[in-house]
Amino acid sequence: MQIKLTKENLHSEFVKLIERISGEELANCYQCGNCTGGCPVSYAMDFGPREIIRLLQLGQEDTVKNSNSMWLCVGCLQCYCRCPKGVSAAKILEALRQITLRKGEDHEQIKEIPFPFMKNAPQQAIVCGFRKFVS
Amino acid sequence: MKIAYYPGCTLNTVAKGFDTSARESAVLLGFELKELNQWNCCGAAFPLTPDNVIGLTAPTKVLVNARKEGDTVTTLCSVCYNVLKRTNKVVRDDKEKRGVVNSFIEEEYDGGLNVIHFLEVLRDKVGFEKVKGAVKRSLKGVKAGAYYGCMLLRPFEDIGIDKAEGPTIFEDLLKALGCETVEFPNKIECCGAHLAMGNEAVVTKLSGNVLNSAKNRGAEIIVTSCPLCQYNLENSQKKLAEGSGNLQMPILYFTQLLGLALGQDEGSLGLEKNLFDVRPMLKVRGI
Ligand code: SF4
Ligand code: SF4
Repeated sequence: MQIKLTKENLHSEFVKLIERISGEELANCYQCGNCTGGCPVSYAMDFGPREIIRLLQLGQEDTVKNSNSMWLCVGCLQCYCRCPKGVSAAKILEALRQITLRKGEDHEQIKEIPFPFMKNAPQQAIVCGFRKFVS
Repeated sequence: MKIAYYPGCTLNTVAKGFDTSARESAVLLGFELKELNQWNCCGAAFPLTPDNVIGLTAPTKVLVNARKEGDTVTTLCSVCYNVLKRTNKVVRDDKEKRGVVNSFIEEEYDGGLNVIHFLEVLRDKVGFEKVKGAVKRSLKGVKAGAYYGCMLLRPFEDIGIDKAEGPTIFEDLLKALGCETVEFPNKIECCGAHLAMGNEAVVTKLSGNVLNSAKNRGAEIIVTSCPLCQYNLENSQKKLAEGSGNLQMPILYFTQLLGLALGQDEGSLGLEKNLFDVRPMLKVRGI
């Protein structure tokens, strides 16, 4: 993968927004990879939590936005609990979701959610799913 | 003893057995779970980003109503517990957010409530020794895998029910009921949670990891305190059975086992609602 470093993307507004919403400082991550090691869904992510943070440190807005990682994060907090620097990748991925959802762009379309799920799933799954996937 | 109790939406609907088995168990142990006079959904997800204050309003309303009924509130669902406990801490410790939330819901709440899980009630207020003494029908020899998942434990500094890695509160209770507990590597790993909405493949994989991890260590049943874990662990077995993995692993709420062991009337345990019925196995064992 080719990464283009420019002054603009290193100081991008997008990265500042992520830091503001998540309350995390991206520079605190020293790329040890413990988060990805403990992340149960990193196997399915385009980029694991460590890589997402690296891409953000390098201002790679489009690559991060176009990856599936934020929608696969289950918010289990293993990344945060095992990070030696106290960085919460979970908050950073949540910030990424929030940026999309706050624009009114839904990740799941309510009318496409299968009926058996809506009928049988615990209410908490429906409420939580809406909060994570729907604006 | 009377303890204010917040059931939450799921225990009021699809996980009725979790609720009724806990209430009945409490009675058998000599106390009452007193449902809050008024309550609403906790929001089912603690807002992870600190700028999301609106997500704190629903759980704070629950806390306000609970505070009217005493200084402690207990809950059974791991997610409700996580959301209420973390919200309470934010409202207590963060003056600015407290002000915003209070002005939005037009209340004056200071975070003075103590939010505890029903497991903590059993450990700290009743005592596992007393629970053990009240057992009428020992679950002797039942190999149970205690599955904590995420929300009962993390983040440790906010929840603090037990150690973040290697917790034992669940096993300690199960041992008091006579079970033989099984340590398994995935006991604090995620089941796939809300990805059940829209991403069944990942849930099947994650729950499958939990199920196989427990089974490989000899577990005959898995015990949980979260209706979403229960749903995912049951449902993914249907998917796994389409492949090669026919596990047939009963997934029970800890209160169902507690009720069983205390000699509770089976009608209020909700065992018939579980996809894989534990009763035939108990019968074979003479329990
Ligand atoms: S564990 Fe922490 S420091 Fe290590 S890569 Fe992940 S976020 Fe960075
Ligand atoms: S919170 Fe998200 S990124 Fe962190 S370990 Fe869990 S799934 Fe992975």
